[in-house]
Amino acid sequence: MGAEREPERGAERVVVGDKRKLRLATASLAGCFGCHMSLLDIDERLFELVERVDFDRSPLTDIKHCGACDIGLIEGGICNAENVHVLREFRSHCKVLIAVGACAVNGGLPAQRNHLDLGQCLQEIYLTAPDIVGGKIPNDPELPLPLDKVHPIHEIVRIDYFIPGCPPSGDAIWKFLTDLLDGRTPRLGHPLLHFD
Amino acid sequence: MTQPSILLDGLPVPFVDGQTIMDAAMAADIFIPHLCHHPEFKPQGSCKLCTVKANGRYVSACTLPARDGMEVENNSPDLNDKRRTLLQMLFVEGNHFCPSCEKSGNCMLQALAYELEMLSPHFDQFYPNRAVDASHPEVLLDFNRCILCELCVRASRDVDRKSVFSLSGRGIDKHLIVNAESGRLADTDFSWADKAAHVCPVGVILKKRSGFAVPIGKRRYDVEPIGMQVERLAARSADEES
Ligand code: SF4
Ligand code: SF4
Ligand code: FES
Repeated sequence: MGAEREPERGAERVVVGDKRKLRLATASLAGCFGCHMSLLDIDERLFELVERVDFDRSPLTDIKHCGACDIGLIEGGICNAENVHVLREFRSHCKVLIAVGACAVNGGLPAQRNHLDLGQCLQEIYLTAPDIVGGKIPNDPELPLPLDKVHPIHEIVRIDYFIPGCPPSGDAIWKFLTDLLDGRTPRLGHPLLHFD
Repeated sequence: MTQPSILLDGLPVPFVDGQTIMDAAMAADIFIPHLCHHPEFKPQGSCKLCTVKANGRYVSACTLPARDGMEVENNSPDLNDKRRTLLQMLFVEGNHFCPSCEKSGNCMLQALAYELEMLSPHFDQFYPNRAVDASHPEVLLDFNRCILCELCVRASRDVDRKSVFSLSGRGIDKHLIVNAESGRLADTDFSWADKAAHVCPVGVILKKRSGFAVPIGKRRYDVEPIGMQVERLAARSADEES
């Protein structure tokens, strides 16, 4: 697992704002990948970004476990046991961990199931919904265990920064990242700061 | 005789007798964050967003009468930090999922969060379970977003003379109720023409079949931050067609 893999990389002590290339990891937990789409929405500025950072674990690289990183971007909240493991792996490997998007920040759309009983939800979806014949609730051991309630990620680990928005715009993500890479305090003013 | 004035963040701001710090500031186009205050209603001082420091003491700007020579601190890091914390508590106490809220872009709570750069809820979410009331033909009530400002209570009682709303319970159990035996809005004489339908700072009292009409980017606080709309804050939404 990630923890054993990393001693050599952990030796690379990189200060944010340094000229050295930084390592960036991204993951989507209980999110819709909309925030990742917004990251791609920085368009040709992606070229500038890859000049300045190397991607570690991310859907863009298909690396499965996070190595020692400078910056981690997390999209989505926590809705199952696997989300918790991934989030903890990111926290222990990323110097700066950033919650990206409404779901990471306050649970977002997935958290709107929180006032419903999870067992009843599963029954209704897999057993009692109209058109279902001989359905059964999936129980393959490969499937991560759903949590009773969906939580924002700051309730599980310490988060250094938050970029709200559903999703935050490419411009907002770019502004935040470049502030951070250049050693400024990241700031989102009007109209980049929005919750929807 | 010269007009009395307060010193608001070092700036002389005149007032007339009987005006509060909030009244004087708003008349001078200076923004003091507020939620339970509405220029057309008697202040009640419950949300504490308008907390300022007057002659060194924390006070509510919406209730404290201005006095000549009073030194008032308003837009300072200390006060804005405290206000941000109040906002964060309001956000986690309710269910504020802005992306699916009809009021988004026109909401004072949200606009204040932008103004004060609230980037996260900080506290643990309560995720309360509050049923919506969709019984009324014209109006939907989503109690999940109520911040207990009592503006609808005051408007319905003092202007409409109907007393449709009131607060019930204490402390964390305090909540908004509808004054009908059934508790349903449909069983009152409430109508969209009521003043009470047009004072809510957040997304509780909503006109049915009209949500999301204005595109993102064109809504009230998309266009201009709340701090620059002081003289228009009595109207709760720019697209208010009533
Ligand atoms: S009432 Fe305001 S803060 Fe709450 S969900 Fe709606 S837009 Fe967001
Ligand atoms: S419904 Fe709106 S106006 Fe009434 S108390 Fe709640 S937040 Fe205030
Ligand atoms: S606006 Fe003054 S206490 Fe609410």
